Amino acid sequence: MDIVTEALIAFIKIAVVLAVVSLVVAYLTYLERKIIAHIQMRLGPMRVGWHGLLQPIADGLKLFLKEDIIPAKSDKIVFILAPIMVLVPAFVVYSVLPFSENFYITQVNIGLFLILAISSLGVFGIVMAGWASNSKYSLLGALRSAAQMLSYEIFLGFALIGPLMLAGSLNMQKIVEAQSGGWFVFYQPLAFIVFFIAALAETNRVPFDLPEAETELVAGFHTEYSGMKFAFFFLAEYANIMVVSTVGITLFFGGWMGIPGIPLPGFVWFVLKLATMIFVFIWLRATLPRYRYDQLMRIGWKFMFPLVLINIFLTGLIKYLFL
Amino acid sequence: MELPFFYLFSAGIVITSLFMITRSNVIHAALLLVLTFFFLAGLFVLAGAEFLAAVQVLIYSGGIMVLYLFSIMLMNVQVAVRIRQWHRQRFFAILILLVLGFEIWSVLGKGVFPKMKVWPWKLGATPGNVEALGSVLYTKFVFPFEVVSILLLASMIGAIVLAKKKIDS
Amino acid sequence: MIPLSHFLTLGAVLFLIGAAGVLMRRNVIIILLSIELMLNAVNVTLIGFSRQWADLSGQVFAIFVIAVAACEAAVGLAILISLNRDKTVMNVDEVNLLKW
Repeated sequence: MDIVTEALIAFIKIAVVLAVVSLVVAYLTYLERKIIAHIQMRLGPMRVGWHGLLQPIADGLKLFLKEDIIPAKSDKIVFILAPIMVLVPAFVVYSVLPFSENFYITQVNIGLFLILAISSLGVFGIVMAGWASNSKYSLLGALRSAAQMLSYEIFLGFALIGPLMLAGSLNMQKIVEAQSGGWFVFYQPLAFIVFFIAALAETNRVPFDLPEAETELVAGFHTEYSGMKFAFFFLAEYANIMVVSTVGITLFFGGWMGIPGIPLPGFVWFVLKLATMIFVFIWLRATLPRYRYDQLMRIGWKFMFPLVLINIFLTGLIKYLFL
Repeated sequence: MELPFFYLFSAGIVITSLFMITRSNVIHAALLLVLTFFFLAGLFVLAGAEFLAAVQVLIYSGGIMVLYLFSIMLMNVQVAVRIRQWHRQRFFAILILLVLGFEIWSVLGKGVFPKMKVWPWKLGATPGNVEALGSVLYTKFVFPFEVVSILLLASMIGAIVLAKKKIDS
Repeated sequence: MIPLSHFLTLGAVLFLIGAAGVLMRRNVIIILLSIELMLNAVNVTLIGFSRQWADLSGQVFAIFVIAVAACEAAVGLAILISLNRDKTVMNVDEVNLLKW
């Protein structure tokens, strides 16, 4: 009986998180189109529903009903597996994210490390898609993406070491609790800057969207994909944005912890911070041009890498001397 | 409760690795090896080494195997599929493997293992796997750790020297 | 509770499969992948012993093995790329410059 109820509660939690995340991810596409449109003095989607509110549902239906094309010269199994390989890690990560004080699916000892490990698997899907499509543009996009994601994973991980040294735990909930005295962004501004840039690169967002650069690679690794498979890539991209935003606010902005004096429930704080973070992501897309490939590698290895090493060294020194 | 999962994971490991060494397409072999590493990570969690499981997924699957795929994609895989796959020495190899297998089997058959001890953190003595591992790694094993970092540096330099284009002077 | 012999048997089987791949295949990449498999077989054994004695040394050495595997992958792939540049072979029995 005990284990059955426990399993049932776990299943319900997973179902709720999956449903909410899928819905939010679908509406992120709407939000992105709308915000970019308003930044560029346009209206964006207006036809389906009030101010285009039903647009994501119409888009989803369209993609679902579209013909599913598999190129004749492609490697069929790998071609079909690739979108799944992209989407699954993006959703598995939600199992250890703390949404509020009491609402999370599970808490593990190696929480943050698990997030890094699982999200590092997303690159497989991209590489598989690029190779299996048997197309020049896809392969070039996949090669770029593999190099970019492997490099920036290092900076992402190293930038997180600073806050981890302050928190003294890999458990996401404990990291949030360690920030009751003050958000880590005030102690670790360097780490946050590097983390944010690396997060942009990891999620293939502007200004680092080289893997799918429309103007030169057509659409990069997902050129040959259509229908539901394309939708999977699309969903995974937005799910990943939510994941890195959540990791960012958990490690640097106190997660669900609010500003003292303003009585709001933890979950509301979490949603507010997440929305702000995602808005910055979209804002950057509307503002910045794309980097060139060699520029991307140069700022990564020559600028950000020394910066994170200095940050870790300084954090360790200060912690050893004063704490 | 643990035993069925152990059998599940080991069956996965053995089947995927057997498929891996028989594929003629290198990309398929590499992807199957990634699958093997996942099952291994599951096995490590069962054995109470959750940090190592995460390292397995992060470094092996997310790092080394991506590097392999990256290099394989730069080469022409399709040519290699059509040629003879097996080495001429394979009959000697089978003989050697049989001898090796028999040796391991006879040693394992004689082994007598004492009763299993329990992890200290399961008794509540230390805070957990990650903390315990960290404190052991940076105190007792700090010298091997430094040696490994020098090894990594040496192999990095070696890899760059080997793979860089020769510049005509 | 999983007995130690299970871990050791799995490690041995995995090691033999990896050795079979190294000795019987011609393709360089498959040989490199099989070496990774053999290193992992060693890891399984180390983890099994580490669990049996409730001693973390085994896990520490497994981490070292993973680091060595990373070195091996880097150097191996560098050799592979330089081989592939000089002449496009990917078979070990055709690389015989040092042989009499």
